[in-house]
Formats: sequence, structure tokens, C-alpha cells
Amino acid sequence: MTPVRSVALAGNPNVGKTTLFNALTGANQKVANYPGVTVERKSGRLRGAPAGHDAVEVVDLPGTYSLAPASADERVAFDALTGRLAGEAPPDVVVVVADATNLERNLYLVTQVLDLGRPTLVALNMSDAAHDAGITVDVPALAERLGVPVVPTSARRGEGIDALREAILHPPPPARGVAWTLMPTVEPAVGALADALPPDVPLARRRFEAIGALTSDALLDLHRGTPFAGAVTDARHALAEARTPYTMAETMGRYGWISPVVADVVARHTPADQRSVSDRVDAVVTHRVWGPLLFGLVLLLIFQAVFSWAVPAMDAIEWIVGAAGAGVRAAMPDGVLEDLVVEGALTGVGNVLVFLPQILLLFFFLGLMEDTGYMARTAFIMDRAMRRVGLSGASVVPMLSAYACAIPGIMAARTLADERDRIITIMVVPLQGCSARLPVYVLFIAAFLPAGALFGVVGYQALAMTGLYVLGTVMAFVAAWVLRRFVFKGEGSGFVMELPPYRLPQPRYLFRRMVDRAKVFVTRAGTIIFALSIGLWVLASYPKTPPPPALAVAVEQAATPAEADAARAAVASFQVRESYIGRFGHALEPVMRPLGFDWKISAGIVASFAAREVIVSALATLYSAGADADETSVSLRDAIKADRYPDGRPVFTPLVAASLLVFFVFALQCMSTLAIARRELNSWRWPVVMWAYMMALAYGSSLLVYQGGRLLGWG
Amino acid sequence: MTLDALAPGARATVTGFATDAPPARLLEMGLLPGTAVEVVRLAPLGDPMDLRVRGFHLSLRRAEAAHVVVEPA
Repeated sequence: MTPVRSVALAGNPNVGKTTLFNALTGANQKVANYPGVTVERKSGRLRGAPAGHDAVEVVDLPGTYSLAPASADERVAFDALTGRLAGEAPPDVVVVVADATNLERNLYLVTQVLDLGRPTLVALNMSDAAHDAGITVDVPALAERLGVPVVPTSARRGEGIDALREAILHPPPPARGVAWTLMPTVEPAVGALADALPPDVPLARRRFEAIGALTSDALLDLHRGTPFAGAVTDARHALAEARTPYTMAETMGRYGWISPVVADVVARHTPADQRSVSDRVDAVVTHRVWGPLLFGLVLLLIFQAVFSWAVPAMDAIEWIVGAAGAGVRAAMPDGVLEDLVVEGALTGVGNVLVFLPQILLLFFFLGLMEDTGYMARTAFIMDRAMRRVGLSGASVVPMLSAYACAIPGIMAARTLADERDRIITIMVVPLQGCSARLPVYVLFIAAFLPAGALFGVVGYQALAMTGLYVLGTVMAFVAAWVLRRFVFKGEGSGFVMELPPYRLPQPRYLFRRMVDRAKVFVTRAGTIIFALSIGLWVLASYPKTPPPPALAVAVEQAATPAEADAARAAVASFQVRESYIGRFGHALEPVMRPLGFDWKISAGIVASFAAREVIVSALATLYSAGADADETSVSLRDAIKADRYPDGRPVFTPLVAASLLVFFVFALQCMSTLAIARRELNSWRWPVVMWAYMMALAYGSSLLVYQGGRLLGWG
Repeated sequence: MTLDALAPGARATVTGFATDAPPARLLEMGLLPGTAVEVVRLAPLGDPMDLRVRGFHLSLRRAEAAHVVVEPA
């Protein structure tokens, strides 16, 4: 027999499969409690294989309840196990991880995998939890019934790992499947279909494939256009004609075999109706009053963390990037290369890294919610409310994540099993007020609203800020409703979701996963933001027009350092005006004028297409407020308020500021969001629609605000 | 009667489906004719339902539960 080279771990979600994977490989991967969270192919090298043995690759397949795939990630598991993945041989050994505390449902997948006819092992995981719950499984009896080795493990405690490794290295012969019986009315049809399959399907798997194609549309689709597909369709018609419930044939047959086996091999030492710890926790967490209250508190905590605790770290990152820029300026000779490094590259890196603290904190809380099992409860609590607006309970977490940044929000939408729910969620997530909008909000609110407080309690500025966030969220709900009503009509695939038992999180894995996800953000979004920052720098720096003599002379004749700075800022302002960005701004001005925007604001909007907060630094340059001005700089605020059109009218009135703020609430000024949406949806179609509808919303709303305001005489 | 009509705490046995094509996921999760089911609780807004089926918790919208015919225990 050839030595084992590859092992696949299969299993239901929430059975500790990934923890087992970590124990076998030493790699640190995702452990989660929320159904369907492992999406990508995760592999590692089996630890502790004897010297001289070939390397054994262990693959952690996405969690799946069944081999009739209902979602993209379940499809991956199915394809991997049946050898349908392009460029990948089927695994030499399959380890099905089954939860000892929930054996009955877990055996459904086990019996399906056994029917594939590959060398198969069952890892009976969570043995410790089963013991604590008073459940004993007669392991030898179970192994005998299944016809394959069963290894009890506790991945959390590292128990049974050595035995499992030994079993993997010395695998059993190909599994023969268990003798479950199909309902007699369906059996003849399955026999005929198994014979009708193409000759390349191995004999051991023909029956499995025939049943799958008969009962699952997803599996029938694999054979689309073949004579076999025609035979299946005919068989379905004949069975439906005879009123045979053939869609239930496989589940009825398998559970018909499983239930008596479980009754024989599982013994419970506690009364079945005794409430577990998990049940008692749920009595509070999903309580009519305490449940939503607790959820609100959790949200408050996350917001507090993302908006306040992250600030010192963000300030530190900005300081370091600034210091690095000053260092480079001191070390490099003046010139184009120096400008490229400091204003293009370093600014680009800074634009990415500054979000890292918020993203790490957010991922920490999301990971905690997933690992404890609370995430599934938030979906349970919120489903009814979210469904009113065309979303699903599982959309809550992506929507919340997006308050920090749309990128983790879009990535979190992977947990939605229904494809239409997932697309709708991704489409509306960028309307949530993300942290990149914050600098824009701060600048204009501070410039145009008094610092006073309504009734002496709620500050006007805080009120305005909250209003902008509410506006974004309300519009996200409206957009979801419209998409559900007119584009993705009808109910989704439903909400058949497991509420997994609560479990204590494992800090080591929680931390590792937080870092892994942050890496994805930095590499995927970071490269794009970085490239765009350099591109924008080019657009804002070229063509380099020599300053008019008066300005050049002012720089040379400056008497004090302050005068020199002011003169240099005036030169920079002049050059940006003459740059490509400045020209874009002028070209766009006629289109933007109905919104109240002059060419400088238009240029700022063009510049901020890469990332919203760029408009602040773009305006700072255009207003010669100095290169280091930010949204809290008084100099920039004053420059904005002092700006006048040639006829003496102010460029920025409170109405213009309101119009601009509304524009930034709705416009999708973020390349990274588009890039991530493209990656998650695997097509440019929806990202383009997303950008267009948000731009239309932004333009329309700003137009309404500005022109409406003028009609009311506020202009 | 159908599953959605059961009050929290009620137990019943599934007898069939009020639709020709019950959702596959429901069947795979083991909610089949003959299966014992208990309504543990409803979500705070009354929907979805938290059910105990074959020893684990399954969440189901009432609209979906309306397709499941049960015989109260």
C-alpha cells in the first residue's frame, strides 16, 4: 500500500474540526462557533509523522451538514471529497469529525462520507464535553456498526491526537458504507440511475451519486446537459406522478439507520430534559427583555472600543508615519524621488495602517462572538427586525462591522448562507458610516456648527454627527428593501440555523485569527490603497508648473521661517491648482455647481475617490493650510470659512457644508471597498452597480439639500 | 396542526409536511416524520423559533415551521 500523502478533515460546523486541525498540524487557523465560517482551503503539515515518512498534507474542509451542498463553502467540501476540485486529487484518507455530544445529527454526514468509498476514520470529538454532560458513547460498538475505526478525541485538551495520527498513518481499507435502506418505492429508480451514470464514475460511488442527483438540484446540476440528467428528470417526474416523497428518500433512509444505532451506542446518565448550562445562558441571552438589552450593551462596548480605545494607537501610527516622513526628508536630497517616497508611498502606507487598530479591535470582538456562540444568537434575536427591511438576522454582524470599515463588513457577509441575502448585504454595507468618513464629518461640523448644546445637554456637534450615522444606516435599510422588493424578489433560502452550545473561547486562537484577518486587510486592501495613493500623488503633482515670479520671489525673500512656510504653501497651492487633479476639479465644476461645490471641493472629491479622508489633506493643500493640517486644524477651518468667490460670496456656507456632508454619507468614495466587493462577489457587475447607485444617491441628495435650502432662503 | 402554532415549552412529533418539497436543510438536520420536537422559546420579537431536535438547538422561521405538520405530544 502506498503511504498516506493527504488527509481531509470533514465535519459539521461547530464540532471543533478546526481545533483538531490545529492540534494535528500545529498551524493556527480559524476556530468558530458560527455556522459556516471556514471558507477558504486551509491546509497544514501533519505533525509527528515518523522520520522518513513522506510529508502528509492535512486539509481543513469547510464545515458542512450534508454532501448535498447548499452554499459555496459546502460546495468546496463536496468537491474536495469527491475529487471534483480542479488540480487536486481526492484525499488518501478522510477524517470525519463528529461531535460526541450531538452524535445523531453528526452521523448523517458520516454515513454520506462512508458511501464515497474512501479510506475513512471517524474522530469522535468533544469527548470531554460529552463526559461532562453525562453522555457515554460505546466506541467499539460504534466502530463496528460504521465499519471504520472511531478515535475518541478532545481537540481542546489535546487528548486522542496521537491515536488519531497513528490511525491516519495506518489507514483502514476503503469504507464500504453502512447498510441503510432506501424507501422501496424509490429503490428501483435509484438502481436504474446508478446504471445510467457515465462509465468513469467508480462503482463504489455510483449509488451515492445517483441518489444525490435524484434528490438534490445542486447535484443534478453537475450533470446538466448529459443523458444522465435527462434520465434523472424523467425519474423525478415518474416519482412525483406516483406521489412518492422522493426528496425525503435519502434523509429518511439514513436517519432510519442512524436512530437505532444511536439508541444502542449512546447512554445518557442524566435525564434528557435536564437543562444544560448552555440552555440556562440562553434563557437570559435570548430573553424577551434581557436579550435585546444585552445585545445593545455589547454593541455599545464594541463602538466604545472602536471609536475611543483605538484612538491612541491611531494617533501613534500617524505620528510614526509623520516622523518617518520627516526622517526621509532629512536624509534624501530634495527632488521628485523624495516627494514620491514621502507624499506618495509613506502617505499611502499611513492611510492603510491608521485603520489597523480599529480593525484589530473589531476582529477581536467579532472573533469572541463567533467562538462563544453568541454570533448565532444575535442573528436569532435580530432576524425578525432585519427581515422587515429585506435583510436576514445574519446580516446584523456585517452591518455592524461596517461602522468601523466596509471591508470587514463585506468580509463578514460570508457567513450568510443564502446567496441573495449575501449580495444584498454586501450592496448596502458601504452606506454604514465608516471611520474614514469621520475626519470629513469632524472638519465640517466643527467649522460650521456652534460648540453649544441643545438644552445644555446634547452638543449640537455630537447631534449632527449622530444624525449623519443614522442617515447612512436608514438609507442602507431603504436600499436593502428596494433590492429585495425589485431585484432579488422573494424569500431567501430560509433561516434553518443551528444554535450551537456556548463555549469558552480559546484566547490563543482568538488572537491568532485576529492577526490573520488583519493581514488580509493589510495585504488585500492595503496594496490597492497604496497604489492609488501613489497614483493620486502623481495626479496632484503633475504637470509641475513653475510658480509665477511673485510667489517664487516671496519664498526667496522670506524674512522669518513662518513667512517662508506661508510662501511655500502658496506655491504648493498654486501647483495643485495647475495639476491634473486641479484640472479635473475645474472640468467637473459645472456638474458639481448645482450641489454648491466649487472647483476646489470638486478636486477634493476626485482626490478622495481612493479613500474618503483624503479630501481633508487635499483641501489642506489647496487652501495652503500647510502640509501637516488635519481635520482638527484651526488653520484649515479658518481658511475654508474665509474663502470667497471672485464676486465676494463665501465658497463655504453652512448649506454648502451640509450638502457636502450628505454627499459623503452616500457616495462610495473608496476603492478598497470596490476591490473587496469584487473579490467576494467574484464579478465586477455588482461592485459597479454599487458605485453607481451610491453616487446617484449622493448627487441626488446633495442636489436636494442645496437647492432645497436655497429655495428656503438658507443659501 | 403545524409546528409554528406550538407555544414555547410544547412538545410534538412531526407527522409530515404541508408542502411537496420540504427544505432539504430541514430534512438533513433530522426534522423528519416521526421526529420528536420541542419548542424551547421564541426570539424576542416572536420569530424565529428555537427548537430542540435530536438533542440540539435548531432555529427556524415561523413561515418555514408552518410547512411542518405535527401531532402534539
